[in-house]
Amino acid sequence: MTGLDTNRTAGVSAGNRAGRGVPARVVAVTVACLLAAVALALVGIAVGSSSLTVPDVVRTLFGGGSPAHELVVFELRLPRVVGGLLVGAALGLAGALTQTFARNPLATPDILGVTSGAALGAVSAIVLAGGSYTVGAGLLTLGLPAVATLGALGTAAVVYGFAWRGGVDSYRLILIGIGATATLGGLTSYLIARAQITEAAAASQWLVGSLSGISWASVWPVLLALVVIVPIALAQSANLGISQLGDDISVGLGVAVQRHRLIVIVCAVVLTAAAVSASGPIEFVAFVAPQIVRRLARTGRPPLVSSALMGAVIVTGGDAFARGVLPGEVPVGIVTAVIGAPYLIWLLTRRKERESLS
Amino acid sequence: MPRSVATSSRRALVLVVLGLGVLVMTVVSLMLGSNLLGVGTVLTGLFDPSQDVGSVVWGSRVPRTVLGLFVGFCLGIAGAVMQGQTRNPLADPGIFGVSAGASLAVVIGVYVLGTSSITTTLWLALAGAAVASVVVFGVAALGRGLSSPVPLAIAGTAVSALLIALTSYLVLSDETTLAAYRIWVVGSLSGRTLDGVDAALLFAVAGLVFAAANIRSLNNLALGTELAHGLGENLLRARLVGLAAITLLTASAVAITGPIGFIGLTAPHIGRSLVGGDHYWLLPASGLIGASLLLACDVIGRLIGGNAEVSVGVVLTVLGGIVFIAIVRRGRIAAL
Repeated sequence: MTGLDTNRTAGVSAGNRAGRGVPARVVAVTVACLLAAVALALVGIAVGSSSLTVPDVVRTLFGGGSPAHELVVFELRLPRVVGGLLVGAALGLAGALTQTFARNPLATPDILGVTSGAALGAVSAIVLAGGSYTVGAGLLTLGLPAVATLGALGTAAVVYGFAWRGGVDSYRLILIGIGATATLGGLTSYLIARAQITEAAAASQWLVGSLSGISWASVWPVLLALVVIVPIALAQSANLGISQLGDDISVGLGVAVQRHRLIVIVCAVVLTAAAVSASGPIEFVAFVAPQIVRRLARTGRPPLVSSALMGAVIVTGGDAFARGVLPGEVPVGIVTAVIGAPYLIWLLTRRKERESLS
Repeated sequence: MPRSVATSSRRALVLVVLGLGVLVMTVVSLMLGSNLLGVGTVLTGLFDPSQDVGSVVWGSRVPRTVLGLFVGFCLGIAGAVMQGQTRNPLADPGIFGVSAGASLAVVIGVYVLGTSSITTTLWLALAGAAVASVVVFGVAALGRGLSSPVPLAIAGTAVSALLIALTSYLVLSDETTLAAYRIWVVGSLSGRTLDGVDAALLFAVAGLVFAAANIRSLNNLALGTELAHGLGENLLRARLVGLAAITLLTASAVAITGPIGFIGLTAPHIGRSLVGGDHYWLLPASGLIGASLLLACDVIGRLIGGNAEVSVGVVLTVLGGIVFIAIVRRGRIAAL
C-alpha cells in the first residue's frame, strides 16, 4: 500500500518534532481554537427561541443578569452548550488518537465501527429499558453511558481482532470497520423497527446526533471521561510520535508497542462512548477536527489538544448554526455530516496528486 | 483473477442446479411464515383462491415471494456488473451509495409531492440512483482510480453518509414522512403488493438488456483497462452501458422494497467460486443466487421475529456485514 509509505515520511517529521517541545504554530492554532470555542459558546448561549445578546449572556454568567435571563442561561442553554463543547472535545481527541494510531486519517471512530457499537449499546438501552425516553431519566442516565461503553469496547476488540493478521494493516482495519458498521447498523434498525413508534422516533432523532435532549446529568459522564483520559492521552503523546515510524522502529526505540496501542485504543473508545451516550453519534467530527488542525498547524500528525478544541468548535458552532440560522430543530449531527462528508470526498479526489490523504 | 477451468457443460449444470435452488426457495417461501402451510395446502390455495387458505397464499405469500425473486435477481446482477466494471470485489449498490441516493430521492418525493405511488417512487428512485452512482464513480475516478477497493468503498461511504444525513433531515421534520420512511427504509417485502410492479419490471428488463450488452466489455475490462482498450473496447461506451444497467436494476429493486444491501456484494462472490470469472456465466449465476439468497433471508426474518417479523433488509445488513468482513479477511482485496 503506497499510502502507508508516504504516511511514513510524514511520520518521520512528526517524530523529529516530538522531542523538541511544541512548535510555535501549534501553540498559535491551539490558542485560536480556544478563543473560537469560547466565542461560539457565548453565541450558542445567546441564540435560540428567546434570543439574548452576547453582552447579556456575559453579564448573566458573571452574576449580573435579570432572573429571566438567569433562567434561560443557566437552566436551558448552558447544559446544551457545555455538553456540546465536551462532546466535541471528546470526539476530536478520539479522532486524533485513532488517526495517529492507525497512521491513516480515515481511521476514525465513525468508520472503524466504534461509534456504531456505542450507538447499538445505547439504543438497546433505550428500547429494551422500555420506558419513555428522556435523557434525564434516572435509570438510563446511569445505564446508558455504561452500556454504550460496553458496546464500543466490544466492537473495537472485535474489529481489531478481525483485522489482525500477524500485524494490523490500516486499510484492512478500515474495511473491516465498514463491515462492522453495517452489521451493527442493521442490528440497531432491527431494534428500532421493533420498538414503539414514540421510542422509534426518539431513537431515530438520537441516532443522527443531537444536543437537544442533553442535560447536566448526561454532561457529567463526558466531563469525567475527559478529566481521566486527557492526561493519559497526553502522556502517550511522545510514544504516538514515535509509533508513526512503524512498529519495527518503535520497538527499536524502546516503545512497548502493544501496551501503548492498547492504552491509545481504550482512551479513544471510552471518549467516543462517553460522547455518543450524551448526544448520539455526531458524525464526522472525529474525522474532520484533527485533519483541519493538522493542516492549520502543518504538523505530521494531528496535535491532540487543538484537535479536541477544534472538535468543540465544530459541535458548538454547528449547533448554534442549526438553532440560529436553520428553520426548525435540526440536529447538529446533520450539520456536521453535511460539512464533513463533502470534506472527506474532497480529500479523496485530491489523492491522485498527493497519493496520500495525510 | 481466479478463472475456473470448468467446461461449459459443467457451468451449464451449475446454472441448472442454481435454478433448482431458486425453485426450492420459492416453495419454502410459500410454505413458511407466521403459520406453516404444507405443500398440499399451498397447492390448494394456489389453484383455488376462493378458499380461506387461498387468501393467505395469494394475499401475502405469493406477492412477497415473487417480489423477493425479482429484487434478488436484479440486485445480484447489478452487483456482478458493478464488481466487473470497477474490478472491485467490495462493490455493492448498497455500500457504494446508489441505494442511499434512491432513498433520498424517494423521501423527497414523499415530502414534497406527498405521494408514494409505485410509479413516482420508481422514477424518483431511478433519478436518485443515477445521480449517486455518477457521483461515487466520479469521485473515485478523480482520485486514485476505480480498481483500488479502498477509495471507492470510502467514497461510497461518504456519499451515503451525506445522503442519509439529508434524508434524516427531511424525515425528522415531518411525521408522515417518518412513518412512511421508517418501514420502507429498512428494505422489507412484507405488506407489498403486486400493484405497479409492471412498471418496475419494465425498468428491470431494460437494465437486464444493458447488462447483457455489457458482458463482452466486462470480460475485456477484467484484463485491465489498457488491454481492453487495445482489444478495441470503447471504454466510455462500456462504462455508460454498465452504469445504465446498474442504475436501472438497482432503482427498480429499491423502488419496490426500499434499499436492500449486500445481495449485490455476496451473490457475485458465490457465483465466481462456482462458475468462474467469465461474465457470460457469472451474470445469470449471480442473478439466481441473489434471488435464492433474498428469499432465504426473508424466510429467516419471518421465522426469528415471532409475531413482529424482521425485515429482509435488516437480516441482510447483519449477515452482509459479516460477509464483507470475511471477504476483506481473505486478503485478496486487490485480486479481482
